Amino acid sequence: MSRHHVTTTINGDNVEFLCDTEQSLLDCIRNELHMTGTKEGCGTGDCGACSIMLDGRLVCSCLALGVEAEGKEIMTIEGMAQGDELHPLQENFIKFAALQCGICTPGVLIAARALLEKNPDPTETEVRFWLAGNLCRCTGYDKIIRAVMATAAQLRATA
Amino acid sequence: MDDIRYETPTSVNAAVKLLAGAQGVAKVLNGGTDLLVQMRADVVTPTLLVDIKKIADMKVIKKEKGGWRIGASVSGAEMGEHPELSKMWPGVVEATELIGSTQVQGRATMAGNLCNASPGADSVPAMIAAGALAAIAGPNGKREIPVEQIPVSPGKTSLAKGEFVTSIYLPKRPKKSGDAYLRFIPRTEMDIAVVGCGISLTLDKSKTVIAARVALGAVAPTALLLEDAAQTIIGTKLEDAALDALAAACSAACRPIDDKRGTKEFRIKIAGVLARRVALIARDRALKN
Amino acid sequence: MPDDVKSADIKEFKYVGKRNPRPDGVDKVTGRAKYGADLLLPGMLYGRVLRSPHAHAKIISIDASEALKLAGVKAVVTRDDFKDLPKAQPPFGPMIHDAADVTRNIIAREKALYDGHAVAAVAATSEAIAKKALKLIKVEYEVLPHVIDPVDAMKDDAPILHEDQFTVGVEPKPSKPSNVFRVMKAEKGDVEKGFAEADIIIDREFKTAAVHQGYIEPHACVANASEDGSAELWCSTQGQFNFRAVCATVLGMPVGKLKVTSSEIGGGFGGKLPVYGEPLAIRLSQKAHRPVKMVMTRDEVFRSTGPTSGSHVRIKIGAKNDGRIVAAEGVLTYQAGAFKGAGLAAAIGCMFSEYDLENIRIVGYDVCVNRPKVAAYRAPGVPMAAFGVEGVINEIATKLSIDPVDIRLKNAAKQGTVNVSGIKYGPIGFIQMLEAVKAHPHYNAPLGKNQGRGFAAGYWMHAGGMSCATLNVQDDGTVNLLEGNPDIGGSRASMAAMVAEELGIPYDKVRVTIADTASLGFTLFTAGSRVTYATGMAVVEAARNAIKVCCDRAAAAWGVTPDQVKWEEGHAKPASANVGDFAPMSLSELAKKAPMMGGPIAGHAEINATGQGPAIGAHLVDVETDPETGFVKLLRYTVFQDVGCAISPDYVEGQMQGGAVQGLGWALNEEYVYNAKGQLQNAGFLDYRMPVASDVPMIDTVMIEEPNPNHPYGVRGVGETPIVPPQAAVINAVENSVGLRLSELPMSPPKLLKAIEDGRLKKAAE
Repeated sequence: MSRHHVTTTINGDNVEFLCDTEQSLLDCIRNELHMTGTKEGCGTGDCGACSIMLDGRLVCSCLALGVEAEGKEIMTIEGMAQGDELHPLQENFIKFAALQCGICTPGVLIAARALLEKNPDPTETEVRFWLAGNLCRCTGYDKIIRAVMATAAQLRATA
Repeated sequence: MDDIRYETPTSVNAAVKLLAGAQGVAKVLNGGTDLLVQMRADVVTPTLLVDIKKIADMKVIKKEKGGWRIGASVSGAEMGEHPELSKMWPGVVEATELIGSTQVQGRATMAGNLCNASPGADSVPAMIAAGALAAIAGPNGKREIPVEQIPVSPGKTSLAKGEFVTSIYLPKRPKKSGDAYLRFIPRTEMDIAVVGCGISLTLDKSKTVIAARVALGAVAPTALLLEDAAQTIIGTKLEDAALDALAAACSAACRPIDDKRGTKEFRIKIAGVLARRVALIARDRALKN
Repeated sequence: MPDDVKSADIKEFKYVGKRNPRPDGVDKVTGRAKYGADLLLPGMLYGRVLRSPHAHAKIISIDASEALKLAGVKAVVTRDDFKDLPKAQPPFGPMIHDAADVTRNIIAREKALYDGHAVAAVAATSEAIAKKALKLIKVEYEVLPHVIDPVDAMKDDAPILHEDQFTVGVEPKPSKPSNVFRVMKAEKGDVEKGFAEADIIIDREFKTAAVHQGYIEPHACVANASEDGSAELWCSTQGQFNFRAVCATVLGMPVGKLKVTSSEIGGGFGGKLPVYGEPLAIRLSQKAHRPVKMVMTRDEVFRSTGPTSGSHVRIKIGAKNDGRIVAAEGVLTYQAGAFKGAGLAAAIGCMFSEYDLENIRIVGYDVCVNRPKVAAYRAPGVPMAAFGVEGVINEIATKLSIDPVDIRLKNAAKQGTVNVSGIKYGPIGFIQMLEAVKAHPHYNAPLGKNQGRGFAAGYWMHAGGMSCATLNVQDDGTVNLLEGNPDIGGSRASMAAMVAEELGIPYDKVRVTIADTASLGFTLFTAGSRVTYATGMAVVEAARNAIKVCCDRAAAAWGVTPDQVKWEEGHAKPASANVGDFAPMSLSELAKKAPMMGGPIAGHAEINATGQGPAIGAHLVDVETDPETGFVKLLRYTVFQDVGCAISPDYVEGQMQGGAVQGLGWALNEEYVYNAKGQLQNAGFLDYRMPVASDVPMIDTVMIEEPNPNHPYGVRGVGETPIVPPQAAVINAVENSVGLRLSELPMSPPKLLKAIEDGRLKKAAE
């Protein structure tokens, strides 16, 4: 059987790729579309490094098939900055030193952005539980939480 | 390569036809949060995947006969965002929302959690306590059965070839009813339940329990509906003695195993501890409506 | 938040000590940074490894003929593709690299020694084909009895992993092979005499489980071999130079023919010091004549890469009634995994070393078991021993009704203290730190029901060693710095800050590049808290050498001698008014005129750093225990540490916070779980249970800055120390919350609940 031809939208661009049924969406984004900003930490949905937005919903791209992306809208870390403008979360992750090795960072940023869109004024506890699916082994989470809380406050102030 | 056929039927009948006619291993692809992990680990090697998410109604939550019908592909996140459903069945919604991370919630479904037939599935004890029904479509037409009849052993269901769950029905509830679900995990998130407990109950005007359903997860090959445990609190006001009896009945009903997630001894003890706590949360909720 | 404690010797700088944005920040928040698995080469093949399902088995035969017939399979390697290498003889250095062991660990030879041990590897045109090919390789095993626990492995009837291993360090020389590779001893003073003088002696046994480093990025590499015998390797590593040395040895290649480039690295913590798939990928690439990418799955990371040692530790400490410790003894039994080399040397050197003790005796056993070979994990070997030491000191404090901080004040090491290894300390900040703990609001904050507070200290002697740096001044006055340490936690920022400070130029004019092995001299790995210290020294020296070039040129231009020129605020200036009236020359001016003034301006340094100083930490934690379930909730956490001088305070705090949370995972839930067949049962993040964001509170930090006089800015390495105290601190807090003494890690809910129930029964019986 031939491979599936998938037409989808990534960060606003129309893209097409070919894949086998068993290829995860993560595999397709990285290895078929060569967009390597989305990371694989486990392949089983336990680390969140592969977080993306799929039709506006935060998901692990390792837990969806590439073929399921047909006709859908995908947003990845590569689509988070707008031109020269970093997203305020990206700015604050640098400012607050919310990353060390940086491998979890794309997933954390995508997840945090989804949180702030849904809940502009989260408590520390809400941020922690929302991000519980994003493992970070370097930071102990402290500076990540501070960066997300500070961004929320900043966005509320400018809204 | 051994290709896996992938189909996206747009009707229940078409899906049944695909599943019933399949040679080899046919699997329903719904949220995929269990199936993809199993495929990756070679635990499951399907030859056909039937993605049911393009079938009308699979993504719908609708009111029916005073209760709620939840399409098979409705994700945990979507359930949590539904205020009326969350108000009527908070225990079922909170149990479903405990499955995996925020990311997993974007895809994982109650129907999938049920059909994956893991003894530790969070939503299942809550659904059993709620008296939920699973609507099934198959080659011989449609049928509806209590959810506890679906899992038969770890990873195995009672569904016949060609059958799949199309929706879960949560019935209407009398006034002064409440449900709750708690699980024990060693962390605060991201774990499989070491023990899970769902309780649904109804009070009368004197705050006496007049109806109750008690269910436990992760303490036996399938989630358990415990009628004896329910009897220990029916007719009581959940006084300490009643809660002690409930805890004892729950612990007594456990048939757990020792594994990487917990010991037998621990599970038996925790089942009782959780049951007490869950009963009180369910009672408090019942008092509020 | 209370202020950090700064010694009067710490100066104010423009960039050093400031919260500068890291130079690689934008790349890492936009997904642009390239990690191990992010390199894609044209024509690239995908490598996969077949692993032993047996804990211990003789490999009778390997037949890959069916796999090779599968369309898309381009190469297979097995033990036959690697030459056996001679065993190295003791004594070994601190990091054991016995080539005979390495070549057996990367691919099993005579025997598979653990569940997950590599047996064969395949390169194919897709992952799926490679995966399928593995199933076609037939391996005939003869399964042997196995042993998982080090105490069991020391028994006379234990299955022996290596028939040619005879215990080193015992007299007379043993005639029977043993799983005990070595017995290490260290002694100071007279412990017998010390114990005889003691008013109180506590003697306890402790046990800790093997835990994994848990970096989020799996091991990944791309190898590209050429027909001319050279090869390039791109990989996620803590040390590209070390990887080059080991791979060249294992593959029989001249070192200069292998170029290793370190990708951005997604965490290591010691676990990316050893090579695993890299030599296999290079050999596959040589056989297939195409680039080969090899990325581990998470399951493979857990099953076949280094966890740290599980341990059995016995600690005996004697003290006078006033809390002064008069004798301390430790017996350490550490799992080495399938090959020798548990972190005993560091454990022995550190476990009592934040205390000023006269009488110490330590014995350590390095024991082979059927588990993956251990790798370093943050302060390798120390946390297990410290767990016991700090636990016993806390128990003595309780028994003598002395405050846990006071008992440490009574015994604290100070300038002039000599530790068990004979190292005499320069200035250290332990006493200032203990005073800061007592003054901190956390220390006396009220506690509620079922809550407890715990305290513990920890020590690490950070590393020095070889480092190189090259600094090139470009014609517009911007500066490129080449250094050789993969940046795991913000080290580029520290290097750039030191260069900017030295040269007197803006921070953002310095660009730091991590050099590949062909572009710079040997630089030891990013490990042991050595980078900001040792490579920092090289970088400062390189900057100063560039400054010297600048000053020489200004002197020549002005017709004065070089000693009459000084470098200040980014300019060459006359050293005094007597020299003459010359307009200062800026770095960019000198750079622009370089072609007319002697050519390019560069500075470089090749050093072998010594003079490292102790880096001591102390942790304070509050917990609440659920007495019905054994669940421990972490309420509050404060880390105190003598950091010398924080070049990048953000990333120093980050080390303190991250290390603490790794220690929390170690204390409460993380462990390797084996079944009766010796197969790992929890080889995934789901059941390995590292802390998630909702498990932990904010981690407050208090930096004590007592400069290390041997570093130009006073740096002490900071990364290792914060993983040493948490285990004892948390268990101490749990003990205080439930009124019990505990001795085993992880203190997971089933274990804690059992201890609580047993305690209840015991109380009822009394």
